This record gives sequence, structure tokens and C-alpha cells, in this order.
Amino acid sequence: MGVHVQTTINGDAVEFACGVDESLLDVLRNRVGLTGAKEGCGTGDCGACSVILDGRLVCSCLVLGAEMNGKSVETIEGMADGNVLHPLQQHFIDGAALQCGVCTPGFLMAAQALLRKNPDPTEEEIRFGLAGNLCRCTGYDKIVRAVQAAAKEMRG
Amino acid sequence: MRYEVPVTAKEAASLLMKEKGKAFVLAGGTDLLVKMKAGVVAPDLIVDIKAIKGIKEIKKTATGFTIGAAVPCAALDENAALVKAWPGVVEAANLIGSKQVQGRCTMAGNLCNASPAADSVPALIAAGAKVVITSSKGSRKLAVEDVPAGVGRNNLKKGEFITAIELPKRAPKSGDAYLRFIPRTEMDIAVVSCAVNLTIDGKGIITKARVSLGAVAITALLVKEAAKAIIGTKLDDATKAKLADICSAACKPIDDKRGTVEFRTTVAGVLARRAAETAYTRAGGK
Ligand code: FES
Ligand code: FES
Repeated sequence: MGVHVQTTINGDAVEFACGVDESLLDVLRNRVGLTGAKEGCGTGDCGACSVILDGRLVCSCLVLGAEMNGKSVETIEGMADGNVLHPLQQHFIDGAALQCGVCTPGFLMAAQALLRKNPDPTEEEIRFGLAGNLCRCTGYDKIVRAVQAAAKEMRG
Repeated sequence: MRYEVPVTAKEAASLLMKEKGKAFVLAGGTDLLVKMKAGVVAPDLIVDIKAIKGIKEIKKTATGFTIGAAVPCAALDENAALVKAWPGVVEAANLIGSKQVQGRCTMAGNLCNASPAADSVPALIAAGAKVVITSSKGSRKLAVEDVPAGVGRNNLKKGEFITAIELPKRAPKSGDAYLRFIPRTEMDIAVVSCAVNLTIDGKGIITKARVSLGAVAITALLVKEAAKAIIGTKLDDATKAKLADICSAACKPIDDKRGTVEFRTTVAGVLARRAAETAYTRAGGK
């Protein structure tokens, strides 16, 4: 049986119908056409599907699409300001903090949530804050440094 | 599979009661959705309780704190009064999963899921917390230690669900702490865990205490003898050694790839001693 949902994605009103068993990640990727969030595991372990739901960082694979009525979700597609990349995105590129890129949207959303709560995190706080995101390529150091550089720029 | 979003607890309870098939409560979903994906459960009805009035609120009351069943663990450390009164409970809840998981998971769900290794459960038991259970007939309260019935089983009846967790009022000079052992630094499940909650008097003598162990039996344990051993003391070295021995003796753990019986038994004592030291310091003891 399908559910009809009215929600807000990256500030835009969006309507969709989905099955009860479809995750928010399925809905974003297959029904709304936003393929930035990735499915690494589907069980909350890798963070590749991270989005910000009503201000909180969550795994979109652990949210039902049906739950989205009246909610507001931020995805990686809403991070840049038009053609101007967000400082986090720019520093990931400048610092080569990605290789295959599959984990990157999740890391960027998690870093975004972290810096909103804590604009000046220590290296340890960054590592703990991003512990729910797995990367099989970079070895994490460049990611941590990119977040530090972006945080610095954002503090001005 | 059907999905319902009731706006009152009564409506939720009657949906759960009337369902002929398998009905599941959805709060944070961090256990339910994983189990659905793995094919371990196949719900006929999902009752999302998050739209129930007040169920996502933390309230400071005359008798302590009432934490709604759908409050995500990430919201706990944003409540300064709660962190001040119950730092051990908050630190335990903030060890569950990742930041992403904490954005959704709830203590009530952690409790109902009934894993012996659930992080928030020993801390809630040590705190003397109770749950408010609602059904279409009304509500009842149950001590947290009486909720789990075994691995993955709880003592709620059909048509019942938890609407809130109540933490008691804090006496002055009280402190609690939760510690777990994991082989990594983050994102893991407790191999052994321990929570201690205590109150001291003006001279630093412990007047009240509760000690709980996790991951060393089929449910988290309330170890009354351990509490007795530290009450009336200033947590001197001999008392700490006794506390550790009692906690080790209370363990009935399993051997598995994450820890042997011997390891879990020894570490339970070590964690009890350290958690008691932290709780004592937090209570203002020296
Ligand atoms: S796909 Fe959601 S956490 Fe891995
Ligand atoms: S860049 Fe490949 S997984 Fe992180």
C-alpha cells in the first residue's frame, strides 16, 4: 500500500508517493532523483547516506520515506550556493580529501552538522564527530584536515 | 504493510491492540529498520509514535525528569539541566551508535530492543529510572530493570508501549557514571559495561547507591550487593576492591568473539571501580 507524502527538500516543497517499506534514501534516489546520498550498507553503519532531517544528522537508510510528511530535509544537493561551492566542499577538493567519492556526500553532511553545533572543533572532536562515516580510500587524515580548514574559513 | 501516525497515546495503543498481524512501534527506527531490512521482522503495521503530543519533550518536573519515549539521544546532551543532574545517563545514551544514529535512536527503544549490551540501560537502572507504559486501559509504571525479559524480549504486553522514561529527583551531592569496554574507540557494542549512581553526605560518606552491569548476563543486572558494599564508606581502596569482587562474581557472561567469560568477569570489576570513582567525584566527594 502506498503513502502520499508532502515534504520539504533543500527548501523546496516536494510531493511523492512511496511504499511503507521504502527508506528515505530509496525515495531520494529513486523517486525524487537526488542521487547524492549513497547506499553503502543500508543498515546505519557507513554514513554514506547521511542527510540532515529537521536539523539533525541522520542515516537516510534508517528513516522511512513515509515519515517525511511535514518534515524538512537537507541533502548534499542543497549544500552549494548555486555555482559557488560551500567551504567544506571547496576544501575537500583543494585538500584531495576524496578519491572514489562514494563516502564524500555523507562526510560533507556530517561535517556540516558538526560545524553547526561546534564551529571550532578540535581534531579529536572532528574524528569523533565523523566516526559514523566510513571511507575506504583516503585514510581519513585529509578529510580531517579539510574540515579543519573549512571550519577556520567559516569562522572568518 | 500499513503505516499509521496517531496523535494520541490512546489511539496508538488501540491500533497496537487491534492489529491481528504483527504490529511494531516506530520511534527512532534504528533497530526496527535494520531488522526489517535483514528480514528478521516483517511488520503488518507500523505505528509511528512521534506525532503524539509531548512524546519528543524532556520535562523537568517536581519529581525529577520526564523524557518522552521519542526523544532522540542527540537531544539529551542539549538539555543542560539533565546533563547536570544525570551525566552518567546522558553519556551512556551518547555512546549508542554514531552521531547519525543518535539523531534518531531513543532510550526507550534501546530498552525495548532488549539487547544485553544496550548502553543506556545500565545507566537508567543505576539511576532508578521508571518507564511509563501506556495501553488503551490506561498507564502503569515499571522499573527499568523489570522491562527486559531476556535477549531481544521485553515484559510489555500486546497493546502496550512506553510513552516516557522518568528519572527521579536528584538529591544534593549525587553523581552517576557509565563506562563500557569496547576494543575500538567509537561505534561499537559494549563487551562489558557498568553504571554507578550514588549520593554522599557532608562528610563524603556514601548514603545511597545503585550499581548496574551490562553485557554480562541475558539482561542488564542490578547488583544490590555491590551497592551495599559501598554504602557507609568513603570509597576507600578496600571498599573499591570489594566492589570489584562483587561485580565480577555477579557476572554470568557468555564466551564470544568479542570477549571471553574470564575477560568479561575481570573487566566488570575494573569498570565498576572506575565508574564508582567518577560518580563519587561528580557527587563532590574527595
Ligand atoms: S547506507 Fe545508510 S549508513 Fe550505510
Ligand atoms: S573516497 Fe572512496 S570511500 Fe571515501
